[in-house]
Order: sequence, then structure tokens, then C-alpha cells
Amino acid sequence: MRTEDLINALVVDLTVSKAPFRRMLVGGIALGSIIAIAEFLFWIGVRPDFGHAMETIRFPFKFVVTLSLAATAARLLSRLATPGVSSGFWAWAWLAAPLLLMVAATAELIVTPATAWWPRLVGTNARFCLMLIPFLSLGPLACIFAALRQGAPTRPGLAGAVAGLVASGVAATLYASHCTDDSPLFMATWYSLAIGMVALIGYVIGSRVLRW
Amino acid sequence: MGLRVVEREWGLLMRAAIDGDAMAYRRLLVSLTPVLRTVTRRNCARIGLDGGEAEDIVQEVLLAIHLKRHTWDVDRPFGPWIMTIARNKLIDARRRRGNRLTLPIDDLADILTAEGSDDTADRGDLDRMLGGLGERQRDLVRSLSVEGRSVRETAERLKMSEGAVRVALHRAIKALAALYRGDGDEN
Repeated sequence: MRTEDLINALVVDLTVSKAPFRRMLVGGIALGSIIAIAEFLFWIGVRPDFGHAMETIRFPFKFVVTLSLAATAARLLSRLATPGVSSGFWAWAWLAAPLLLMVAATAELIVTPATAWWPRLVGTNARFCLMLIPFLSLGPLACIFAALRQGAPTRPGLAGAVAGLVASGVAATLYASHCTDDSPLFMATWYSLAIGMVALIGYVIGSRVLRW
Repeated sequence: MGLRVVEREWGLLMRAAIDGDAMAYRRLLVSLTPVLRTVTRRNCARIGLDGGEAEDIVQEVLLAIHLKRHTWDVDRPFGPWIMTIARNKLIDARRRRGNRLTLPIDDLADILTAEGSDDTADRGDLDRMLGGLGERQRDLVRSLSVEGRSVRETAERLKMSEGAVRVALHRAIKALAALYRGDGDEN
């Protein structure tokens, strides 16, 4: 079969039309988020003093960090899965969230006495953080991967890792609304660990599943 | 021919194709093929593949263009999109032979100033790849491509509905891409 014959087949197959990839990715993130929200509300739920907590600074700050991570990682992911487009600014933008967290954690270290550091870091909910963030990430991760398989990522592992950042960013946002540990030091330790785990899982799965 | 002119022409054809214009799509693929051949042959020597495998890679790139066509953003230039796909497939081909490699993306301008190749003597490995499909799938693909029959004729011959023929063709094309990639059973 010659190349010209292959072209014949491809032309016939043109009628199978698809949505633009970017739309699919947005759809995947949206659907995954809905799944995570449903799981969260059904099994976990927001903390009872949510209203009160929103009046502090540290509580809303958690969402600033998690949402900006998810959003910047999503922009990067879209570029990674599109051939011929450089990541440019978005290759670095996602670092803003962890950096912001580092600054906040450092500030906390400065203003609290040294005796309080270790208790704040360990907190009371580390176990739940490490379990629930990855758990809530699974739905978004699956949906994002389904969308990514329609894309063409030049580096499948990297794309998978960034997908992990998006998924765990969503999951961390939900978990943060439940968790009563608002210390940035706690967050910098345990959320980073949980998000890092999900990114690693994303890398491993992506390397296998996102080749095209 | 000017780079911008060709790139823009391809972009227009691709846009029409995405809207369902089969004639534009055919013109696009036919126009791309000799350029892809040039890119591939030029790089085959560089990465240690022989010329016979070049046509394999050209076909693999065409498959990728087809299956990933909706990743092209109509607001972006067509050149970098297609060159990145070609480069990825070349790297994949090289990696399948067990070596890692970094390849610079050829500048589209260089390619276009070189002679395009219309040499159709290479049959490529498509025959072998077709062998990896089921017999019914192979018949169907042969009928639509080599024999150039219409969907309706193929449907009558194989006693299927036209819709079923299209679905089966699409699956076969995805299976072909997987076979080129080296995944055994993606069906």
C-alpha cells in the first residue's frame, strides 16, 4: 500500500470530526472537578466554621495558593499537549503558588516562637491531608488524561506530571475547605507532599498512556 | 516559493479540511507529502536510519497529522505545528532502535528551498502494518484506499451499513497508528 493510498483512506476518514483539543481539555478539567466536588460533599464536607474561617486571612489564603496552582498548571498543560507551541511564560508561572506558600511559611516562622514551630508543622490532620488530596485527585486525573489522549504532548511524562498538578490543585482546594489546619507551615509541608505524590503518579502514568 | 505563502496556503487548506472539505484535505496531504519526504530523508541519514524506512515515517507522520488535526489552533502558524509532529515521529523512530537523540526542528524555510521529492517508488511498511489488522479491517481499508472505492460501494460489498464502514475505518486508522508506534494491541 502506497502513501497515496493511505491518503485516500485518511480523506474518507475526515468526516469523523472532533472538537478542538483545547475545548476537550477544559471539558476534562471541568468534569473531573465536578466529580471531585461530588465526592467531597458526599464523603467529607466543608468544615462547620467555614463562614468564620473566611473572615481570617490564613484560611482564604489557602485557596489563593491551591487555585492559582491549578490554573497556572492548566495553562501550561494546554501548551504542552499542543505541537509547535512553546510554553513560554507558563513554563514558570505555576511556581508562583509554591513560592507564595514558602513566603507565607517563612513569615509564620518569623512571627511565632520557635517552640510553636514543630507543633504547627505536624498539625493534627497530616494523615488526612496525605490521604484525601490524592483520593480527590483521582477523578480529575482520569478525566484530564482522557482529554490528553486526544492531544499530542511532545513529552508524555512531563504532561502527566503537570496533569497531576492540575488534579491535585483541584483536590487541595476542596480539602482546604475542610481542613482546620490553616498554618502555612503545615500546608507547605503536607500539601506539597501530597501534591508531589500525585504529580509523580501523573508522570508515571503519562509516560505510558500519553504516547501517540 | 515563499515560506509565508506556502504556510498560509496550508493553513487555509487545513482550516477548510477541519470544516469538512474533503477536497481541500486531499490537496493538503498531497502537498505535504513531498515536503515530509524531504525532511525525513534528510534526517534519516543523520540519525542512522536507511532510506527505506523514510517512507514508513512519512506515513506515520501523515497518520499523526490526521489523528491529531484538531490540536492545531487555527490562529497559530501551520509550520511549527507540522514540523513538531514530524520531529516527534523521527525521534520515536530513532528511539525504537534504542538510542536517545535530540533533533533540532528543521526550519520550514530550509525544507521548502530544497527539492521536494515525488518519488513514489517506496511502498513503505504499510503492507506489513496492514497485516497486523484483522482480515475484515484489512479488506475494508484496501477497498477504500488501494481500490479507491466509495464508502457506499464498500458498504455494499462487505454487507455493512455506511455508518459502520466509517466507524470501522476510523478504528483501523487508529490501529495502524498504534502498530507503527509499536503498541501491539490497541483495538
